[in-house]
Amino acid sequence: MIWQLDLMLLTFVTICAIAAITVKDLLSAVVLLGAFSFFMCLLWNEMGSVDVAFTEAAVGAGVSTAFFVAAVYNMTRRTKD
Amino acid sequence: MIERFEDVIIQTLCRFLVPFMQIYALYVIAHGHSSPGGGFQGGCILAASFVLLVIAFDLKEAKRRMTEKLNTIFTSLGVFIYAGTGWVCLILGGNFLDYSKLSKILPVDSVHARYHGMLYIEIGVGIGVMACMISIFLNLVTRGRHEEALEDKDLWNT
Repeated sequence: MIWQLDLMLLTFVTICAIAAITVKDLLSAVVLLGAFSFFMCLLWNEMGSVDVAFTEAAVGAGVSTAFFVAAVYNMTRRTKD
Repeated sequence: MIERFEDVIIQTLCRFLVPFMQIYALYVIAHGHSSPGGGFQGGCILAASFVLLVIAFDLKEAKRRMTEKLNTIFTSLGVFIYAGTGWVCLILGGNFLDYSKLSKILPVDSVHARYHGMLYIEIGVGIGVMACMISIFLNLVTRGRHEEALEDKDLWNT
């Protein structure tokens, strides 16, 4: 474990999470959520949990992003609130 | 999103990419008990290859390769393999999913039977997860109206 790399990845995760809930465009929120999943995957990989990181890469960054894009295309692009 | 458009680069790339993704998914499932990965991750990668097929081509092409009936059969088959392995262990005198009892019907000792039993579970989980993920994606993308979506072009061109 390298604590500098840990801190950098944690900063990216926090930035992506805060940006994903504040942005108004839903498609941008989906892309930011995919980036959040990817940084979470890197963080888990760095902490030595390869199996969890692999699951996050396959499910979080891969399939669920496609699900969210499919859901966004069937509704309005921007949030009301 | 699922509107048919002829783009040579995207379609050729997907034609090349999909078999490699599926081979990798089968590798992940087959090596799940000795390395990172397993049935759930491999099933998700298999489903992701199908999602890529739907995005690059259209829904009709995807339905030709994986019909609704086949998908439902795969969902049930995955659960059947998983639960069936558990019940075979139960019938052979062990607990539910007690793989070491499989040595009574497999030509290996109980340690290797435990090793192989894990593989059967992973295959069942992989098939079930793949079919469920494909089903979720098709329901999301057609708003749950498969047959109307195949006929009515306006439903997904909006």
